[in-house]
Amino acid sequence: MTQGWSPVTQDDREDPPASTDGPRIATEVKTRGQADTANETVFRLDDVHVYYGSFLALRGVTLDIPENQITAFIGPSGCGKSTLIRCLNRMNDLIPGARVEGKIHYHGQDLYDDDVDPVEVRRRIGMVFQKPNPFPKSIYDNVAYGPKAIGMKPPSMDGLVEESLRRAALWDEVKDKLKQNALALSGGQQQRLCIARAIAVSPDVILMDEPASALDPISTGRIEDLMEQLKRDYTIVIVTHNMQQAARISDRTAFFNAETAEGTGDRTGLLVEFDRTDAIFTQPADKRTEDYITGRFG
Amino acid sequence: MSAAAPRYAVTKQGRGGERAGDRRKARIFQGLMFFSLAIGILTLAVLLIQVVVEGWPRLSMDLLTNFPSRRPARSGAQSAIFGTIWLMGIVMATAVPLGFGAAIYLEEYADPKRWYNRLIELNIQNLAAVPSIVYGILGLAFLARGPFGLGRTLLAGGLTLTLLVLPIVIIAGREAIRAVPNSIRQASLALGATKWQTVSRQVLPAAIPGMATGTILGLSRAIGETAPLILLGALTFVTFNPDGLTSQFTALPVQIFNWISRPQEEFKVLAAAAIVVLLVVLLAMNSVAIWLRNRYYRRPW
Repeated sequence: MTQGWSPVTQDDREDPPASTDGPRIATEVKTRGQADTANETVFRLDDVHVYYGSFLALRGVTLDIPENQITAFIGPSGCGKSTLIRCLNRMNDLIPGARVEGKIHYHGQDLYDDDVDPVEVRRRIGMVFQKPNPFPKSIYDNVAYGPKAIGMKPPSMDGLVEESLRRAALWDEVKDKLKQNALALSGGQQQRLCIARAIAVSPDVILMDEPASALDPISTGRIEDLMEQLKRDYTIVIVTHNMQQAARISDRTAFFNAETAEGTGDRTGLLVEFDRTDAIFTQPADKRTEDYITGRFG
Repeated sequence: MSAAAPRYAVTKQGRGGERAGDRRKARIFQGLMFFSLAIGILTLAVLLIQVVVEGWPRLSMDLLTNFPSRRPARSGAQSAIFGTIWLMGIVMATAVPLGFGAAIYLEEYADPKRWYNRLIELNIQNLAAVPSIVYGILGLAFLARGPFGLGRTLLAGGLTLTLLVLPIVIIAGREAIRAVPNSIRQASLALGATKWQTVSRQVLPAAIPGMATGTILGLSRAIGETAPLILLGALTFVTFNPDGLTSQFTALPVQIFNWISRPQEEFKVLAAAAIVVLLVVLLAMNSVAIWLRNRYYRRPW
């Protein structure tokens, strides 16, 4: 059994890393259960445009992402879903020439303010990628890497690793081989390991960019079940090409589309509709949404 | 196999042997390529055998315990062996951190679009091709004499060799770092690690096999360089072992060169024996690097 460690205690968040590599986010993250009634929104996007150099990849996105729910971004390829999700944890900064206009507020803080440290952002807003990318180290070291790097001092690192693997529904399969190289696991197991790795640093939000698209249907099903459990403790945003998946598991869905510029043929993404999932899939307000979910294109 | 209808024939004789020509060509090319390999290996083998056979009479403990002497019977290469070992030590201690530091900067931190970084990139390739005697002149002018004024010492010799192998180490280091998949870096950053943590805890450990190879390449080049050391005054008649970085010195390649230049036949035998010693020292160094590489290269299974 675990040593009573929980990912959401204030203790973990209060521990400053031994060497602070930059300014900390100005205000503290709200603990679960104590959210302001007026602030159950985790992300508030306001007319967000994303440019790569002079190319406009995504325009005019305005939406709110609620806490402890699964929000899905769906839409055809090339309409900016992955771009947008990468903006939510400043991973888009890594792409040269990427620029965000408009406002992205995370618990009331402007994510792109000068005062904000992207390293802190990424600690609180974690990410799971499309292709599982475990480190070429042991399973244990994969999970323990994040906490060690950010200076977490849990009562027991072994306990933290076990708890994270349990929450990712992987513990039973790997508990006897924690020292084995992570690359020896199957694809589905590797992806659950990446989820465990992301959980280990006690994030507030988990972003998932098509987490199951590289996996077989059985593994996909397990990951979906996992997400249902995870949303109790974390806010989840998922990009998916799989409409049925979005319909199955998400609470809210945002449908994106792309328009092609006349002369250049450049595609710019835009948000078409954002609503509760059952509304999007049963009574879409926009015809484009309806065409997409009924399979007329995409 | 019973013959099938021509449409389904899969035996070598089927279809009237139409592919026989192609198969013959394939065999001929395979033979030619094997022949190329054989030439390379045979040449190396012949060289090695010739050197061992010629130096055999003098391959004894005398070679390692004696110092050079005017009399071939009493000559040994101890001072040269120690000189070479000291020099390789200096090269390892300076070229490895400098070279890999530069490689890390160029691969992880430098913006490839800036003109000065592209200039650096171009020039490192050029530097790797500069003849070694030019490095000798450089070392003589700046390290032995000139601003550093180190004199004709081990330190000057070692540093000159470092400059010589630095481009090789940098290039090999860059290749090793580039081979680390970007997904690893992304995963590390997405967890909230800083760039330096990502480089030091994920990229570098994964790049160690390639960097060990780079070290092997660098040391192998340095151990045999004669011209720069002659210019730097690796005296050819040194009868003492180096006693510090500021000591005068000689090295195996220089000693070999000196012995070959002497008229007496016995010195040629000594030279061959010294060549064998040089190869053994080189093998020992490479074995350490290979052991290091194998230890850190974790296969996925």
